[in-house]
Amino acid sequence: MKQCLIVDDSSVIRKVARRIMEEANFEITEAEDGQQALEACRSQMPDVILLDWNMPVMDGLEFLRELRKDPCGDIPKVIFCTTENDMDHITQAIAAGANEYIMKPFDKEIIISKLKEVGMVEA
Amino acid sequence: MTPSEFNSLRDMLNKESGLVLSEDKQYLVESRLGPVAKKLEYKDVATMVSEWHSSKKASLQNQIVEAMTINESFFFRDKTPFDNFKDYTLPNLIKSKATSKHIRIWSAAASTGQEAYSLAMVLNEHKHLLQGWRVEIIGTDLCSEALAKAKSGLYSQFEVQRGMPVTYLVKNFKQVGTMWQLDSNITSMVQFRQFNLMNSFTGLGKFDVIFCRNVLIYFNRETKSDILKRMEAQCNNGCHLVLGASETLVGLNGNYTPVANARGLYEHNREAAVKNEKQSTNFKESPTHKTGTGGLSFTR
Repeated sequence: MKQCLIVDDSSVIRKVARRIMEEANFEITEAEDGQQALEACRSQMPDVILLDWNMPVMDGLEFLRELRKDPCGDIPKVIFCTTENDMDHITQAIAAGANEYIMKPFDKEIIISKLKEVGMVEA
Repeated sequence: MTPSEFNSLRDMLNKESGLVLSEDKQYLVESRLGPVAKKLEYKDVATMVSEWHSSKKASLQNQIVEAMTINESFFFRDKTPFDNFKDYTLPNLIKSKATSKHIRIWSAAASTGQEAYSLAMVLNEHKHLLQGWRVEIIGTDLCSEALAKAKSGLYSQFEVQRGMPVTYLVKNFKQVGTMWQLDSNITSMVQFRQFNLMNSFTGLGKFDVIFCRNVLIYFNRETKSDILKRMEAQCNNGCHLVLGASETLVGLNGNYTPVANARGLYEHNREAAVKNEKQSTNFKESPTHKTGTGGLSFTR
């Protein structure tokens, strides 16, 4: 079973995302901010990360930059999942190593289509 | 909606658009016509259908036909057909059309334009291979409202996220308020025309690729065979036909050969077509021949 780390400071969003990802047959771990997420990754690299941008302690972009510097930090597919919906944010995220980008609000179809895009579910 | 109203609606839809609506599809009527009833300020779908049934008002009828035949559409829908296009069809075309340097592609149920534009974006990625080439993409659909949107090239945040890699968004769109506008170098590659698949294809010209996905499912077998047969006449040599993931040509006659390892992709077989045409001529002259269903029974 593939592992998914959901990183979001909102418990509601984590819950919604968890439900969608569980249906898609992923095993879920959760983190409330970038720092927690980094610790989770250092103990075990997930296959895919759904990543919020604006969070306390360490935001999503900073987390991603740190992650990609780590040995094996290039393994997880990272999908930003954020209310930041302008071209500047999107290009920054891609430059920092994001594989995909979801602009909130999202639904199951969008998440699944992005998972297909990064090769995490079969097309 | 009374059974007689529903039946008369089904008959009209079949006659006007070839759409086959089985009896268990009443829910589809509700879901597709709901927005129309709301827009036209009817109390509900049943009231609107009832009004159409008694008045047969043309403007109302047109809106009903359009709404019932609209296709759900998103960028790079089902992904595989576009991978096939990129990996198989395009390299083939670059070889086979090296002399004329002219490619014509038909998106036969263009709806709100995403399929045609997805192809345009793929072609744009390969423009280094197509220097000096003329590429035409024609998108046709029955629904004028869908086409108006297609022509605008303006899509919502939801629409640009379904199925489209974010890199394509960054490369080909500009943000306009809460919407996303396709760049003119992409929109200018596609022409949209209102067109009914029940009408003659002759005016559309010949094609090298025909995307006809998830359209035939709405038609009965005879109409399907008829459309496929008429499409053959619009095929340039070796034309590729692309059908939807759940569609096959099994049980339908026609001179299309499935392409190995490319699900949903078919190649028009001109030699077989010529041969079968000859046989058919002979066959029709035979006094024992009984007319079968559809126009293509001779290929058996």
